[in-house]
Amino acid sequence: MGKFKLRLYITGKTPKSERAITNLKELCEKELQGLYELSIIDVLESPQLAEDEKILATPTLIKDLPPPLKRIIGDLSNSDKVLLGLDLSPVLDHKERREDTP
Amino acid sequence: MTKLKKHTKIEKNETPARRHGDEIRHLPLEHAGIEKGVRYNQRGGITGIEKIETGIEGFDMISEGGLPKGRTTLIAGTSGSAKTVFAVQFLAEGIIKKDEPGVFVTFEEPPEDIRKNVISLGWDVARWEQEGKWAFVDASPVVGEDHVIAGEYDLGALLARIEYAVKKIGARRISMDSIGSIFARFSEAGLVRNELFKIAAAVKQMGVTAIITAERTEEYGDIARFGIEEFVADNVIILRNVLEAEKRRRTMEILKFRGTNHQKGEYPFTVIKNTGIVAIPLSGIELKQRSSTVRISSGNAELDKMCGGGFFRDSIILVSGATGCGKTMLSAEFAADAARNGERALLMAFEESREQLFRNASGWGIDFEQMENDGTLKVVCRYPEAEGLEDHLIIIKRIITEFKPHRVIVDSLSALERVSTIKGFREFVIALTSFIKHQEVAGILTSTTGELMGGTSVTDAHISTITDTIILLRYVEMFGEMRRGITALKMRGSMHDKDIREFHIDGKGMHIGKAFSNVTGILSGHPVFTSTEEVDRMTELFK
Repeated sequence: MGKFKLRLYITGKTPKSERAITNLKELCEKELQGLYELSIIDVLESPQLAEDEKILATPTLIKDLPPPLKRIIGDLSNSDKVLLGLDLSPVLDHKERREDTP
Repeated sequence: MTKLKKHTKIEKNETPARRHGDEIRHLPLEHAGIEKGVRYNQRGGITGIEKIETGIEGFDMISEGGLPKGRTTLIAGTSGSAKTVFAVQFLAEGIIKKDEPGVFVTFEEPPEDIRKNVISLGWDVARWEQEGKWAFVDASPVVGEDHVIAGEYDLGALLARIEYAVKKIGARRISMDSIGSIFARFSEAGLVRNELFKIAAAVKQMGVTAIITAERTEEYGDIARFGIEEFVADNVIILRNVLEAEKRRRTMEILKFRGTNHQKGEYPFTVIKNTGIVAIPLSGIELKQRSSTVRISSGNAELDKMCGGGFFRDSIILVSGATGCGKTMLSAEFAADAARNGERALLMAFEESREQLFRNASGWGIDFEQMENDGTLKVVCRYPEAEGLEDHLIIIKRIITEFKPHRVIVDSLSALERVSTIKGFREFVIALTSFIKHQEVAGILTSTTGELMGGTSVTDAHISTITDTIILLRYVEMFGEMRRGITALKMRGSMHDKDIREFHIDGKGMHIGKAFSNVTGILSGHPVFTSTEEVDRMTELFK
């Protein structure tokens, strides 16, 4: 498995942002065992970076590497969806999936 | 549990300023603080809502001064109703006319497409971007990139980007186009609505004037999809593109401007090259043109005599007649008289080509070519079907403004009738005549009647009350021969000849002769001869 390159965009130090950071770090430690590079970008501090990446919603996690490029939106509390987004797809059974969809 | 968390989070997330903005929206008049864009008197009372001129031709008249300053206005319309053009033009006119920078938030088309699409309207967005007068916030969908939703989110980044862009260029205007697309990308409509509401409130707090465009599904129905109107409901403008008798007719309507006046109802508008949207404010036209007692010649001494000494300098003259009975010739003589007096005449021809007109004029002894070279005449020939009626109107207005003629001739008005609906045509005639009158120039409008003898045309019916003078040219059938008759039916503010006179046309123009004294029923198209004795008897009877 290649090294993961991740960027997390947040807007200010809100509880949602904090939750996203905590969730992401936990997940990365567990699933990627340190094989990742993570940068956190606060949109309020660097709005131009958000403009360049066309970020609308925050928190947004962008997986640059390994390809393909993926975007995961939200506070990353749904770890199954995060893994799916990172192409580390866990095997979901049908029951769980139905609960996910509102 | 999640619900509770969400609430606390929003409270902490929002700055006091933003919530403050929300309160203003709900209690616009009772609010104790000072709102930007609202006029206050010395005691702190509110005297009115300030407006900013958009610079969109005609719109500022309909809206009685422009858009409410510092507020958000919703522009709703079906697809193809020129919402994006309005949004772009709002910023473009701000930059061109007022040097006010603007931010364009695009949710649908990528900036590259917008730059390309509006260049034909005369707006060089790329240059303005370089000059720091225009900034895009690109919220258009990223092609081929999908996102996964994994938990709670908000659109805080979008708001941060808008605020950043506004600050960066010192924007006074914001356009957001078109908001419907964001609902398609984020499935939680309630959340998106709430976020957009926050953006609208923040925009108000920044003191910039904003417009948001939104899709409608029907021309006459709900204001907009997704209940968008509820959070920017202070001001709503609807753009329509109605199909009427196989023709598209664009109109705009100001549905509401909270706390300030505007003209009511639908107004036609058009989108033209190098200009963008031009609205035609009909009820905004005032009947206050001055009235001149100065007479000008029609170019025909006998006709002048019939009209009590010539036309008034700022009158509208309708010349009605069947095809080939001398309308164009009368117009040509009118133009030639202008040239003789060193005045300029504009001839808008919709029936004949330049070559035909010039040849025909020379047949009456009038040299159009020489007149054009001298700068006393401008002949503009256009095919009626080449443009919509609104476009024709704007083109005519523009030529009049540039050329500054003393006399205007439209030959013929009836040719334009066929490119529009009756309603559209009536509006066109009213707008055109009022414009001509405001310029204080004399206008001859010709109208072709459908029947060879007698009769009137639709054109006549619409225009007769607006015109000051009506001259009828009619064929008169006598002893197996077609003769021509002329009469001044109406001459506002002056005595005129009531006779129907015979006239003929030769190489020197029109010659008006004696009255048809023994003929009745010419105007109804059924000439009847009466003997001299009968005429005398009738005269005796009514003595």
